Amino acid sequence: MSISRKDVHYIAKLARVSLTETEEARLEKDLAEILDYVAKLNQVDTSNIEPTTHVLSLENIFRTDENRPSLQPAEVLRIAPKKSDGFVVVPLVIEGKGDA
Amino acid sequence: MRMKRRSEGPFYRIYNKHERGGRSEEGRRKLDVGRETWDDPLRESAMEYETVIGLEVHVQLLTRSKLFCGCSTLFGAQPNSQTCPVCLGLPGSLPVLNREAFRKAVKVGLALHGEISQVAKFDRKNYFYPDLPKNYQISQYDLPIARGGWLDVGFEGGPKRVRITRAHLEEDAGKLMHVGKGGSRVDFNRTGTPLLEIVSEPDISSPQEAALYLSELKAILLYLEVSDCNMEEGSLRCDANISVRRPGSKELGVKSELKNMNSFKAVERALEFEVSRHRRVLEEGGRLIQETRLWDERQAVTQPMRSKEEAHDYRYFPEPDLVPFRISQAEVDEIRSSLGELPRERLNRFQTEYELSAYDAGVLVSDKALSEFFEAVCRAVPRPKQVANWLTGPVLSEMNARHKTIRELGLKPEALAKLLMRIEDRTLTNTMAKEILPALIDSGKDPDEVVRGKGLKQVSDAGALEPVVEQVIRKNGQSVQDFLSGKERALGFLVGQVMKETGGKANPALAHQLLLKALAVKKGGAL
Ligand SMILES: [Zn+2]
Repeated sequence: MSISRKDVHYIAKLARVSLTETEEARLEKDLAEILDYVAKLNQVDTSNIEPTTHVLSLENIFRTDENRPSLQPAEVLRIAPKKSDGFVVVPLVIEGKGDA
Repeated sequence: MRMKRRSEGPFYRIYNKHERGGRSEEGRRKLDVGRETWDDPLRESAMEYETVIGLEVHVQLLTRSKLFCGCSTLFGAQPNSQTCPVCLGLPGSLPVLNREAFRKAVKVGLALHGEISQVAKFDRKNYFYPDLPKNYQISQYDLPIARGGWLDVGFEGGPKRVRITRAHLEEDAGKLMHVGKGGSRVDFNRTGTPLLEIVSEPDISSPQEAALYLSELKAILLYLEVSDCNMEEGSLRCDANISVRRPGSKELGVKSELKNMNSFKAVERALEFEVSRHRRVLEEGGRLIQETRLWDERQAVTQPMRSKEEAHDYRYFPEPDLVPFRISQAEVDEIRSSLGELPRERLNRFQTEYELSAYDAGVLVSDKALSEFFEAVCRAVPRPKQVANWLTGPVLSEMNARHKTIRELGLKPEALAKLLMRIEDRTLTNTMAKEILPALIDSGKDPDEVVRGKGLKQVSDAGALEPVVEQVIRKNGQSVQDFLSGKERALGFLVGQVMKETGGKANPALAHQLLLKALAVKKGGAL
């Protein structure tokens, strides 16, 4: 399976990674090889097998709706690069006020 | 758990007196959803285009703790005081699903007639935004809690059925505040709060219908007690997809996605704006582009979101930290049996069982607590219509004036029942009872005690009323003459005069009777 330089750019952009020319060339090759390797799975006949999303034989791991102590705000802010008045401060986001 | 409750008016908005002018002609016209009588501001061009709307509602589920960790979901706490390694996405932390949130989501799915996934799973939705500390949101992609279903909206002229696409669980993001050049501030308290996203099919065909859909959905969520649906605090949020097309056209037009509407009214107004914008662009031969637009409440316009041109590619993949969730038929049935009566069922029952008008039933049912109060009073009072009039009239006025819910008002159903029984047994006139109501609410005392305290008691003693009747007849010669010469209406005036003389305390029926008797004597004398 081949992967284009355009694909590499696109993936790098989505992952917010900046790449040098050399890295791009290497990734173009590596990603193609990875895809080819994983594509081998397509050779397995899975027509009678239930789709699996997890390898653990576990399901229904719940917790009860109870409160547990949160971190102290000071502790949380300690790991933030920038803060002000108890808030974490990030570079100005001009894009919408809409959430979720 | 959101502790703060504020008084909210009826949310079946077409029945909301204050918003809709009650039983006014306008109110009536607006009831005719989807009919030709529809009050459409864009009527002239209504023949040429039809509107297609789909809504995405995000509702915060009422739980004590967040979706995947034990942090509190209380609104209004000190910024960044309700976070932990799980909701901040710190390395090494693992999410564990809140069972209560899962069950509440199933409850909503069932109430919307959806099919509950026997196996549900979570997926990562990947994107970068400062309110999302993990750089992905745990959401559901191909196996949501519920799929399909419907919601009936509108009352008169038959309800319209809006299909539901799906309802899925996800975690809320943090709150981002833009403060200017210095940067944006983030409060992560909201991060990880359980959200249920309810997506409708594009079955809604007008902004008004969209508002009806929202009020119906909100009513159901409040009846289920799964959310406080407080739009001001963001526990209910709505995004809308809208496009217009030529009638009969199979293909959808170019759609806009609308965000940032903070009330049902705003949703309706934003959609109205967008419908006319789309039509205008098309009529002028222009081209629409698919985009996200933000509603600007102050200027009453929608504006394109200034986003970098970027395809949304969320690269969903199964959340490896959460194993699948299987729900048994027995548990589904158990949750189904806990749904209770839903607003539309109650609306229908009130009309048949208590013979209430659609209007009265709508006002009562729009407030679950008020409808329960109504039923409690009706257990002790014979005439439901009278109880309904009292609740939708004087009691609702007191609630509005004091900005209180029926519970916060402190009025006991037994107290109101007793007050109404004092009208029945003619101790009080309706007017006197209305005068007593505020004192009854303020004091919390027994109605009889309040009546005694105020010296209000209907005069039902003929001996006490006769002198007043004589006096009224003497003072109002003209009206007496009018009556004697056949003008029946003059009698009503005379009864009114007796009421006035007694400060409203006279038993009106008795006054009527005594006047007739005295006038008959006069008539006899005149002959
Ligand atoms: Zn947490």
